[in-house]
Amino acid sequence: MCTTCGCGDTELVPVELHEKILAGNDRAARHNREHFVEAGVLALNIMGSPGAGKTGVLEATAKAAAAKGWKLGAVSADLATDNDARRLDKAGIPSKAITTGQACHLDAELVHRSLHGFPWQGTDVFFIENVGNLVCPAIYDLGQAANVVVLSVTEGEDKPLKYPVMFKAADLVLVTKVDLVPHLDVDLARIHDALARVMPRPRAIELSARTGLGMDRWIAWLEELRGPIRKPREVRTHLHHAHGADEGHAHEHVHTHEHEHEHGGEKHGHGHAHEHAHGHSHDGSEEHLHGGPEHAHQDGAGHRHRH
Amino acid sequence: MHEYSLVQTLVTRVEEEARRRGALAIHRLSIRVGELAGVDPELFRTAYETFRAGTLCAEVPLELRHVAATWSCPACKRPLPRGAVLRCPDCDVPAQLDEGSDALTLEAIEMEVP
Repeated sequence: MCTTCGCGDTELVPVELHEKILAGNDRAARHNREHFVEAGVLALNIMGSPGAGKTGVLEATAKAAAAKGWKLGAVSADLATDNDARRLDKAGIPSKAITTGQACHLDAELVHRSLHGFPWQGTDVFFIENVGNLVCPAIYDLGQAANVVVLSVTEGEDKPLKYPVMFKAADLVLVTKVDLVPHLDVDLARIHDALARVMPRPRAIELSARTGLGMDRWIAWLEELRGPIRKPREVRTHLHHAHGADEGHAHEHVHTHEHEHEHGGEKHGHGHAHEHAHGHSHDGSEEHLHGGPEHAHQDGAGHRHRH
Repeated sequence: MHEYSLVQTLVTRVEEEARRRGALAIHRLSIRVGELAGVDPELFRTAYETFRAGTLCAEVPLELRHVAATWSCPACKRPLPRGAVLRCPDCDVPAQLDEGSDALTLEAIEMEVP
């Protein structure tokens, strides 16, 4: 009713919402992220043009991961076929195809549904291979720990400038097919320059899935991200209850120990120190996973701790 | 393109809000699209024109505000020129995307209530 005079006329009201149109997707993504973090699974959203080499990189990763003892898994999105999932299966990465039909991107709900009936919980690194597309997938959070954008040297040096939304979203760019550089008029320095103009924290690894060049750096990057992922799983309160009737006290301490013990090796001392220095404020947060490596870069001290 | 799925999400949300408030009619929708939101404003309009038929938004004009993307230094606040390397040359820190540059928001719905 009209509040001015009570005449019974209807009223025009402006309803201020200021809410993200993708709020629903973001909620579903948070849900996925919680699942991944709880299970201690490093989930990565792999994006790039059709033919950039997304599947090829994952196939090559399977070999390197086997040497590390990591268990991999993947869901692979495609408009019409399950070819990529079959290729990954063959390479030793248990995979499930998500056939998107007309959809040009994955959203958090599609990923969530694909996880049902697929043993992703047992994996160390879980790849979500997105639809080949440098535009649409960029704005959909899927619940991943990080976005990896695959850009092949055959695509042109200016692609980052042409698709800034995609590259802005990238935590890492894999510059693939570098074995072809001698046959092309491509200047890798120009690719890096273009990335620096669209990514405030540019991070790129040049690699060739065919020759194996750069695969070690890619694996090292995965290892770096796996660190903070594994810890929250071990210190999460409700998992603590589920796992550890054995420990009645100070679970953080106890589990940090386990963490150390499990990883062992020459790195553990450094890792431990680093966790202590930065751990608390960042634990389990998306920011940590995204910004971890860069964060270390910026405040120098953190980075040096590692080595 | 994904603009269609975004419009679908938008219309569903608007209908939900209108029903919740018992609106008799919706008069206007305003949305904000940042340059780096990953949305083409023209495609979005086209998608809206196509999709609104048969919904509560069928007669509702769409007001779309486009926001240019700008980057600045989080330390000294200096704006970075368009196309520049995204690092402050003075402070040597990564640039920060300014508010609204990648926004895709439903700002307001003007509706008629009893």
